[in-house]
Amino acid sequence: MSKIEIKNFNLYYGNFHALKDISISIEEKRITAMIGPSGCGKSTLLRSINRINDTIEGVKTEGEVNIEGVNIYNDNVDVDFLRRNVGMVFQRPNPFPISIYENVAFGLRVNRIASSKEIIDETVEKSLKSVLLWDNMKDKLHKSALTLTLEQQQRLCIARGIAVAPHIILLDEPCSSLDPVATREIEELMIRLKDDYTIVIVTHNMQQAARISQDTAFMLLGKLIEFSKTDKIFTNPSKKETDDYVSGRFG
Amino acid sequence: MRKSLDYIIETIIFICGMLSIIFVVLIFSFLLKEGLSFFKDFSFIKFITNQFWYPNSKIPSFGILPLICGSVLVTLGACLIAVPIGVMTALFISEIAPKGVRDILKSLVELMAAIPSVVIGFVGMVTIVPVVKNIFNLPTGLSAFSGSIMLGFMAVPTIVTISEDAIRSVPGQYKEGALALGATKWQTLRRIVLKAAMPGIIAAIMLGIGRVIGETMAVMMITGNAAHVPHSIFDPIRTMTSTIAAEMGETVRGGMHYKSLFAIGLVLFLITFIVNFIADLFLGKNKNL
Repeated sequence: MSKIEIKNFNLYYGNFHALKDISISIEEKRITAMIGPSGCGKSTLLRSINRINDTIEGVKTEGEVNIEGVNIYNDNVDVDFLRRNVGMVFQRPNPFPISIYENVAFGLRVNRIASSKEIIDETVEKSLKSVLLWDNMKDKLHKSALTLTLEQQQRLCIARGIAVAPHIILLDEPCSSLDPVATREIEELMIRLKDDYTIVIVTHNMQQAARISQDTAFMLLGKLIEFSKTDKIFTNPSKKETDDYVSGRFG
Repeated sequence: MRKSLDYIIETIIFICGMLSIIFVVLIFSFLLKEGLSFFKDFSFIKFITNQFWYPNSKIPSFGILPLICGSVLVTLGACLIAVPIGVMTALFISEIAPKGVRDILKSLVELMAAIPSVVIGFVGMVTIVPVVKNIFNLPTGLSAFSGSIMLGFMAVPTIVTISEDAIRSVPGQYKEGALALGATKWQTLRRIVLKAAMPGIIAAIMLGIGRVIGETMAVMMITGNAAHVPHSIFDPIRTMTSTIAAEMGETVRGGMHYKSLFAIGLVLFLITFIVNFIADLFLGKNKNL
């Protein structure tokens, strides 16, 4: 069974039909990339998987997004619990204006996962280690997170997400504000995390999708044009639009 | 032609800018001159610690301790009322209320700020004062408590408007980040939004206090004007501002009483200056965030 199965999903911002009848099955413990030109709806689709779009006024949805067989748009779904299981990393690093330690501990505290100091300490250490921040940060845990470089901030945001032990991590153009070296580092991190998490990444950078993902979805004007193995999308796409986009004829 | 017009306008703007500075300096130096000359004949320490204000008796006594106590008591009371209401309202307007309600509420709060204080004092005198008298079974409802309610009501708009700006300027990414980690809406507001907006909220509270402590008309009408050190919040009190307003008309220009009122003004100025300074400190910190 697929980890995430989206069926005939539509989304409207007021009168604007942003996602048109999307159906896609995302497999476990792989990196799935979503590519397409700006405004094609790839971020909107990503943001539908943890219902963070609910916070925008005037959003309406139709269809299903099933995670492990449960439609997360059912009325009885606990949205806060859903978001704990489906972590998200945003386009611009958004650490909270509190200490590094408290950033990572935040999810543990609000979800009441842990209250004892030892367990929180342990989880903070484990999470920072998994994003390779621990060695640099272990002596500065109580400094403000805003003093970090952008790349470190983005790593911290990933660590913060990992701390609450999600199954799925959604990344919304996580490298768009980073330089090439930092981008490379974050990409390596994602490849390492793939073994433990189901990762969905939105990117405007086709090379990035080609480098790290196993599956790629190509979207255009709110529609899913093609979804297949990454190799196939980039070497032998079956749709003309996909071919035009990946070969750089538009977008 | 265009150049000279530019020059003229620039000069006018410059003069206007300078004028406001000159006015402040003039007012301050006048206050300083009249006030300080009082302290030549009367010790500052005695002025603020003596608890008897009898400026017109045969052996006059200029002790403003009861006035300071009155001002502080009524201000503290007003803050206890205005701060929770103001901050909660700001939170409601900026984060919870649907758009239609938000717009109406915002303009109502701004309208509240425009009510002249004498009107608030008058309304308070005929509504709150008798109610307070009956509920707490007091000899008179003209008390620090009634004054606190009215002044709290006057401070709310200041606190709401500035706190709301501070809360709204918290980046949306913080909120999304917290929600995406599974925080509930209230957890997000309390742990992230309020924390990030705190410097602005504190500045709002300070400006609210500044408004309350300088208020004259409403307190004069409601607090009973008894210059004695209060024992409870239900005692009648008198504030520094209302003393100046009430007594300035009966003084002899240049006399001790006259000068003592300027000295009160000086103390008041000092207090509001400190409050504003603290507010500025927090506002400045907010900008750097």
